[in-house]
Amino acid sequence: MTHATVAGAHGHAPPQGFLRKHVFSLDHKVIGKQYLDLALVAVCTGMVLSWLMRFHLAWPETPIPGLAKLSPNGAAGGVITPEYYLSLMTMHGTIMVFFVLTTAPFAGFGNYFLPIQVGAEDMAFPRINMMSFWVTLVAFLVLISAFVVGDGPPLSGWTAYAPLSAVGKDAGPGQGVGQTLWAVSITLFCVAQLLGALNFVTTTLDLRTKGMSLARMPYSTWAWFITSVIGLIAFAVLMPACILLILDRVAGTSFFIPAGLVISDRLQPHAGGSPLLWQHLFWFFGHPEVYIAILPGFGIISHILPVFARKPLLGPRVLIACLIAIAFLSYTVWGHHMFLSGMNPFSATLFSVPTLVITIPATIVTLLWIGTIYGARLRFTTPALFCLGFVSVFVSGGISGFFLAQPSIDTYLHGTYFVVGHFHFVMGVAAMFGIFAATYFWAPKMFGRMMNETLGKWHFWLTFIGVYCVFMPMHYLGLAGNVRRYSAFTDDYLKPLIPLHRFITIAALCTGAAQLIFLFNLIRSRFRGPQAPDNPWEATSLEWSTTSPPPFDNFGGRPPVVERGPNEYGIASGARGMDYAMQAAAAPVSAR
Amino acid sequence: MGKLFAVVVTIITVVSTAIFIAHTWWLPPDISAHGPAIDRQLSETMISSGVLFVLSQLALALFAWRFGDRKDGRRVKPFPGGATPMVVFAAVLVGAEILTLTLVGAKVWAGVFQTPSDPNSLQIDVQAEQFAFYFRYAGPDGRFGATHPELINEASENFFGLDPARDTSARDDIVVPTLTIPLNRPIALTLRAKDVNHAFYVPELRIQQDFVPGLTIPLHFTATQTGRYEIVCTQLCGLGHYNMRAYIEVLPQAQFDQWLKDKAAQQ
Repeated sequence: MTHATVAGAHGHAPPQGFLRKHVFSLDHKVIGKQYLDLALVAVCTGMVLSWLMRFHLAWPETPIPGLAKLSPNGAAGGVITPEYYLSLMTMHGTIMVFFVLTTAPFAGFGNYFLPIQVGAEDMAFPRINMMSFWVTLVAFLVLISAFVVGDGPPLSGWTAYAPLSAVGKDAGPGQGVGQTLWAVSITLFCVAQLLGALNFVTTTLDLRTKGMSLARMPYSTWAWFITSVIGLIAFAVLMPACILLILDRVAGTSFFIPAGLVISDRLQPHAGGSPLLWQHLFWFFGHPEVYIAILPGFGIISHILPVFARKPLLGPRVLIACLIAIAFLSYTVWGHHMFLSGMNPFSATLFSVPTLVITIPATIVTLLWIGTIYGARLRFTTPALFCLGFVSVFVSGGISGFFLAQPSIDTYLHGTYFVVGHFHFVMGVAAMFGIFAATYFWAPKMFGRMMNETLGKWHFWLTFIGVYCVFMPMHYLGLAGNVRRYSAFTDDYLKPLIPLHRFITIAALCTGAAQLIFLFNLIRSRFRGPQAPDNPWEATSLEWSTTSPPPFDNFGGRPPVVERGPNEYGIASGARGMDYAMQAAAAPVSAR
Repeated sequence: MGKLFAVVVTIITVVSTAIFIAHTWWLPPDISAHGPAIDRQLSETMISSGVLFVLSQLALALFAWRFGDRKDGRRVKPFPGGATPMVVFAAVLVGAEILTLTLVGAKVWAGVFQTPSDPNSLQIDVQAEQFAFYFRYAGPDGRFGATHPELINEASENFFGLDPARDTSARDDIVVPTLTIPLNRPIALTLRAKDVNHAFYVPELRIQQDFVPGLTIPLHFTATQTGRYEIVCTQLCGLGHYNMRAYIEVLPQAQFDQWLKDKAAQQ
């Protein structure tokens, strides 16, 4: 169903005051940028935490200058304690998964571009949209506050397995107030994401402009739409799980704590709960979450690659079918995180099958991208390079999934660095490459200024080579049986692996330093970059039919009328000798 | 730029693959009866997915090399045959690989985790706690004493919460911090956790299993090499997690019998 007009959608007038315009804005573009700024702060925090961890793993005895001041308890004398290491790891994982990989590609870019790409003036519910962002911000602040209040940040990992996470401060430092703050933060985050997902779904279904049938929607919009549907179900399970966890911690309930536990020499006053229940609830969310992080990347790459290939995407309908298949299958595979958890071993075989089957649509999507490049006239701009890099790292990360999907091999590789290498490639680095591609591609539209291409290319090459130096060796470590989540390697069989850890640490510090180029480029271009034309990349979708940056209501009161799909590249019939045709090729409606 | 990308991707692919093939970092030698099947499954997966990895990366590199924009007004070319043949090809190829891996792998997995332990197995009780493992043998009477969480006491070294005062079968139970087992005899462990999740992992034994509070989890294997190996915890259990380990000592049967006799005498 498409609508002839969206004039009624923008239920609010352009704001005048500074606060209403830039802080408590109802405009999806401002909210999108706020999400992206939050993600930027979060990613810098998360990356610094990973540097500290990597440094400690390579040189456990060497003090880190200044750290003792920041954390007198966790790093007295600048040397990270084992418990502080685990806290850094927990916070790194939580910040990156929730506040970067979910916030930037989905909430950030989705908020900014989904309404424009469907030709709407705003999200369906601007007020709820604003609320989603502010709740996300509060969630972030609550999480970060664990660094300064109580007895330190939580240490039970981003998966917060019960009963370690549920029994309270008996379980160790950081498991008091810090772990409760973690659970409150994630509950709030779930609320924000549920509201956001609802907005995305409604906007996509109800606010499409005239002619924008579902089949004509850009692939990024499709991906955001499908991601929202995944999010609606996934976060709706994590939220109650976190609430139950909070109750176990503060109200004396026993949802996740069985009877007879003796912790710190104290018989715990709990009975009747199940630690596996937490694992099932968490991973029922946790595995779809992987796709919440990566599907927007799929959409972004499918959207951007044809622009720089000057060629239509190969098999667009196949792509959409694969995205839907992945979304559906993502709910059937959570048990592969639990092969060795003590659940019935028969179910391991059962969970293994859909896990392996999901590689079929993922492989097809990858081949569609590679097939799109065939016979193309590739323009090697920075966003294009990040798209190609995305395909490469996604292949590398996806392949190792074949190993972990099989219970018989997971018996050996589970809990090792092989898993760390796998998920960093496939959902961390790949999603980050999607975010980078999107940033270089859309910055001109969002800020009205071009980013610097030379700096962009330096950033790409250093990052691309860097991530391979960091994450590929982790697979070798895993094969050698190197256990993850260790703050030091004191076992006889792990000691010979320390030189490889040092190599990874040096690579990680260098790759991290290369991100300063990006940060500099982003901030400088935002204010000083050359003015961006309306359609600098010669792309087809609706965001390129309006000004850079778009006006308050996106199309200056003249909603576009869509006449074709987003995939019209490499054609001979484009207007004025162009090799592409824009979705709203004709003049805007009111000018007719 | 496309050529540079192609070269970099090719170098990355060749170097990473070479290190895998050269086994520069690899699994330690297997010492278990079930291990060879797991190693075979791993090698088969390594070869089939390695081929997919190399082919996809090289295709990406080749196309980036070949299809840069030379600004010569050349028209773009569609992929030969369009998406359909490729989709069918990918689905059949990956589908066949998945089917093979599942059929073979499910058998390997079932052989380890879905088969009951040998009735003649040596039964050993394992208790994991922050941050140690303890192992319990039934003693001369062949029966384990009951465990009582409220009696667990680190100071008096009652790690399992036994009640020897009232429970006769508990009196001769042997509790040790090292897992000593006989060579070539099936071992059946019963895993219990005292406080939080832990895991039992011996890379050489090709076996890993979580301990879950509230559950008793069976695990069985047969060691085929004598020697001393590390048992490490792989499930995040708190600040001392990195340091939680024990040793497994595989002895020839006669030597093991002597060890057990000595331990029983000490009770």
